[in-house]
Amino acid sequence: MYTEIVMDHFKNPRNVGSIENADGVGQVGNAKCGDIMKIYLKINDDIIEDAKFETFGCGSAIASSSMATELIIGKSINEAVEFSNKAVVEALGGLPPVKVHCSVLAEQAIKSALYDYAQKTNKVIKGLENYTPEDEEVHCH
Amino acid sequence: MNRKIYLDNAATTKVKKEVIEEMKSYFDEMYGNPSSGIYELGRRSKEAVENARKTVADFINADEKELYFTAGGSESDNWAIKGVAFANKDKGNHIITTKIEHHAVLHTCEYLEKFGFETTYLDVDEYGMIDLEQLKSSIKPETILISIMYANNEIGTIQPIEKIGEIAKEHNIIFHTDAVQALGAVRIDVKKQHIDLMSMSAHKLGGPKGIGGMYIRKGIKIDNLIHGGGQERGKRAGTEGVQNIVGFGKAVELASKNFEQYVSKLTETRNKLMEGIKNNIPDVVLNGHPTMRLPNNVNFSYQYVEGESILLLLDMDGIAASSGSACTSGSLDPSHVLLATGLDHGTAHGSIRFTISEETTDEDINFVIETMKNIIEKLRAISPLKKNM
Repeated sequence: MYTEIVMDHFKNPRNVGSIENADGVGQVGNAKCGDIMKIYLKINDDIIEDAKFETFGCGSAIASSSMATELIIGKSINEAVEFSNKAVVEALGGLPPVKVHCSVLAEQAIKSALYDYAQKTNKVIKGLENYTPEDEEVHCH
Repeated sequence: MNRKIYLDNAATTKVKKEVIEEMKSYFDEMYGNPSSGIYELGRRSKEAVENARKTVADFINADEKELYFTAGGSESDNWAIKGVAFANKDKGNHIITTKIEHHAVLHTCEYLEKFGFETTYLDVDEYGMIDLEQLKSSIKPETILISIMYANNEIGTIQPIEKIGEIAKEHNIIFHTDAVQALGAVRIDVKKQHIDLMSMSAHKLGGPKGIGGMYIRKGIKIDNLIHGGGQERGKRAGTEGVQNIVGFGKAVELASKNFEQYVSKLTETRNKLMEGIKNNIPDVVLNGHPTMRLPNNVNFSYQYVEGESILLLLDMDGIAASSGSACTSGSLDPSHVLLATGLDHGTAHGSIRFTISEETTDEDINFVIETMKNIIEKLRAISPLKKNM
C-alpha cells in the first residue's frame, strides 16, 4: 500500500516536535476529517533554519509531514511559498490516490506557518498576499 | 520478529483443520450433484448436505426444513429484507432497523426506499444498545419487518433479542436478525427468542468463506431468492456448494461441542485484554457494552491518535487488527456504528478492534498490551492534540 520511503518516514519521522518561540506556526485540518498537521518554523534572514511538526493522522499524514519539513529546511521563504504537495509525493516515491490529500495538508500547513510569520513580522511574502488560512481547513478531502 | 498474532477474527477466521479434512473428499471423491439422486454418488452428496442442514438447525433449535443455505451473511441479509418486503407489501411498507446494522442491511433498506418502502433507523445508547421503548413507539400499522442485529461486528454489543422477538410477536411483525457475529459465540434459540428469520455465515466460526445460511420460520411469507431448479426447497436455486455446506456443518458441529467452556475461556481472555489496555494506557474509551458483548470483542478508542497509524505499527509487530477510522476504509467518515454511539469524529478515528480466538494465548495478550502501550505513546508524542486538550 505504501512505498518504502513512506514507511521509513512513518516509522522514523524526522523533525517531530515543536519549536519554542517559533517565528511561524501553522495548523491545518481537523479531528473530524481524521488529520491535523501543525508545523513550526524557525526563520532567520528569510531562510528557514529549522522546521518541526506535530501530526494527528494516518501513516501517510505523518510521513508527509516528516518529508515536508525535511524538504523546506534550508529554503528561503520565497522558495517555501512555491513549495507544492507534488514535491512531497515525489520525494515519498508516490502516495495512494486516496492519500494524496495528506501531502496537500502538508503544503497548506507550511503556507499557514509562513502566513503566521508574515503577520508577526509585518512582512509581505510574494505569493501569500491573498492567502487566508481559514479558507483551507473547512472541509474533509 | 516472526510472531504473528491474528486478532481480526470478526473479519474472518482460520478454517479449522477438522473442517478442511471433512471438506476434502467432496471435491474429487463424493463430487456428485445432490440433485442426481438416481445414482449413489448423487445420493451421497445429498445426504452430506442434509446432515449439515440438521447440524446447523439443531444448533439454533430450528427444524431442518427451516434452514436454507446461502452464499453468506450479506446474501442472507439481502434476501431476508427484500424477500419479506416484497412478499408482504400488501400489508405495509414500513421497516424498522437500527443505525448500527451491517451495510448488508443498511444498504438493502436504502435500496428498498427507492421502491416506496420506508425505514426507521433506531438509535442506540453509548453502549450500542437499542431502546425497547423507542422500538415499540416506532411500530406503525404499516410495519412489516423488524431487522435488528444479534451482536454488532464492530463493538460487540449484544441486543436483547428475546425481548425484541416478543415485541415483534405481540404486534404480528416479522423479526429478522443478522446473527453473523453471534453464531458460535452466544447461545441462540430461535424458538425461545421468537426469531422469524436469521442470517448466518460459516467463515466467522472456523468454516469456509462463501457459505452461509438463513433460518426462515415455517409460515413466513418471503419471496424466493434465486429462481431456477428446485434446490433449497425452491427458494434458492443453484447446485449446492456441497463441500462448503459440509464445511459449514462441521464448523457448527465443532462449535456446539464444549460450547460453554469455549465461551467462558474466550470471555476470560477477552477480559484480560480489556483490563490490560484499560490499566496500562491512559485516555482510552471502551466502545460497546462492558458486559453484554461478544466474548471475542475488545474495542477501544485511543484519544489523540488515529487508527490507521496504530494498525500500521501493529502490523510491523505481527499483530493483525482493525479500525473504525475512515483512513482504513477509504470513506470520509469514521464508522457509522461508533458515530451512532455518540462518539465524536476524532475519538472514532482512534478506534481499534481486537477480536480474539480460542488460539489466543495469555502470552499473546501480554505482548499486545505492551505493544499497544508503546505504539500509543509514540503516536501521542507526535500528536498536536493532547496539548490542546
